Amino acid sequence: MITIIDYGLGNLASIKNMLKRIGVKSIITDDPEKIAAAEKLILPGVGAFEMGMNYIREKGLLDVMNQRVLEDKIPVLGICLGMQLLSRHSEEGDAEGLGWIEGDTIKFDFEPSKNLKIPHMGWSEISQEHSSQLMHEMYEDPRFYFVHSYHVVCDDPEDVLLSVDYGMKVTCGVEKGNIMGVQFHPEKSHKFGMKLLSNFANNY
Amino acid sequence: MLTKRIIPCLDIKNGRTVKGVNFVDIRDAGDPVELAAAYADQGADELTFLDITATIEHRKTMVELVRRVAKEINIPFTVGGGISSVGDVAALLKAGADKISINSAAVKRPELVEELAQEFGSQCVVVAIDTNFIDEEWTVFTHGGRTPTSINTFAWAKEVESRGAGEILLTSMTSDGTQAGFSLEITALLSENLGIPVIASGGAGTEEHFAEAFTKGKADAALAASVFHFGTIPIPQLKNYLSKKGIVVRL
Repeated sequence: MITIIDYGLGNLASIKNMLKRIGVKSIITDDPEKIAAAEKLILPGVGAFEMGMNYIREKGLLDVMNQRVLEDKIPVLGICLGMQLLSRHSEEGDAEGLGWIEGDTIKFDFEPSKNLKIPHMGWSEISQEHSSQLMHEMYEDPRFYFVHSYHVVCDDPEDVLLSVDYGMKVTCGVEKGNIMGVQFHPEKSHKFGMKLLSNFANNY
Repeated sequence: MLTKRIIPCLDIKNGRTVKGVNFVDIRDAGDPVELAAAYADQGADELTFLDITATIEHRKTMVELVRRVAKEINIPFTVGGGISSVGDVAALLKAGADKISINSAAVKRPELVEELAQEFGSQCVVVAIDTNFIDEEWTVFTHGGRTPTSINTFAWAKEVESRGAGEILLTSMTSDGTQAGFSLEITALLSENLGIPVIASGGAGTEEHFAEAFTKGKADAALAASVFHFGTIPIPQLKNYLSKKGIVVRL
């Protein structure tokens, strides 16, 4: 059973539906008691950083999330904004994050001459920086669907699991013990995304 | 490296897929959910659902259909047609749409673009622009391409970008339904001068047209309906063709 945290920012049904397709049960909740009983968490990726963090605080989820993830060490997967929330701080709304990963979220900033559009939107090939159960038996040349204007920069290169080339090498996957995050949307990345979700569900 | 996107468009009326030739004659081309799932499996990068009658008949768009689609497909999709308020958008996003597109409502009240970008983020706000070459000028049309405005297409695209649009869906009325190729000049003008992605739409008839949309038109994505619905150009074949032409696509 996977617990998808609802921070009030729109559609979470697509993640739940994709988990259902691969035979994994999940619930969507913002109830601290249910999160206290969670075996595995997904932090989904919709909305703005500050709004997400505010919702987590207002609903009284912060303490229980810290307890489950930092103390009890249950596996957690942040998706898109959910990955950014794992960081200490974001330039989006100049807001403090969960701080579970040593790093910060910054906005893409390209020279106009580079002719790179923001957000980074569409399908990109990614590279894997080290081995991980999250990428176990992944298809060759996996491609994932991205939509983001901000990206995470880790202090420790060891925490970087995946990267994507967009004007520079951009971190698009982190893994630090039980804490994982991906900048792309596995729930929208067809077979590659299903495989990743299935790895998270089954290998941790 | 970002791949160029191929986007089948499903024009919807009464819950069924249709495709108008120059937006007038309409033919029935199947069940949207079934078609959407098939496209996803064929390698479509995204899907767009346009409720083509919504604006004209003042109908709200298809929350129920969106919910069904979201259950079945695992690639991103955009919903457009008749969207005119933050409330409309909230309902569609909640039902599972990844992006929404607005057209006439943005022309009527440009502040809507800002409101949506602030509330939901630019990444899910697509501004659809229907344009036609009239009196030596690319001009914006509204209401399914029926109503001309006095707005210059390039100026309008720049304005919606500055107001927070995340993407432009540019449909050339000159080309739409003709299968004679995309309008490359206006597509390139927008794509080269905007900092947000431009989707070329209207006129796809051959594989070469798609290649041109990316090379000469500088588009980030190309959208088409008939050539996909009626199987004239299967998506896997199209992507192989583009790849051989040196255009980076997701195979």
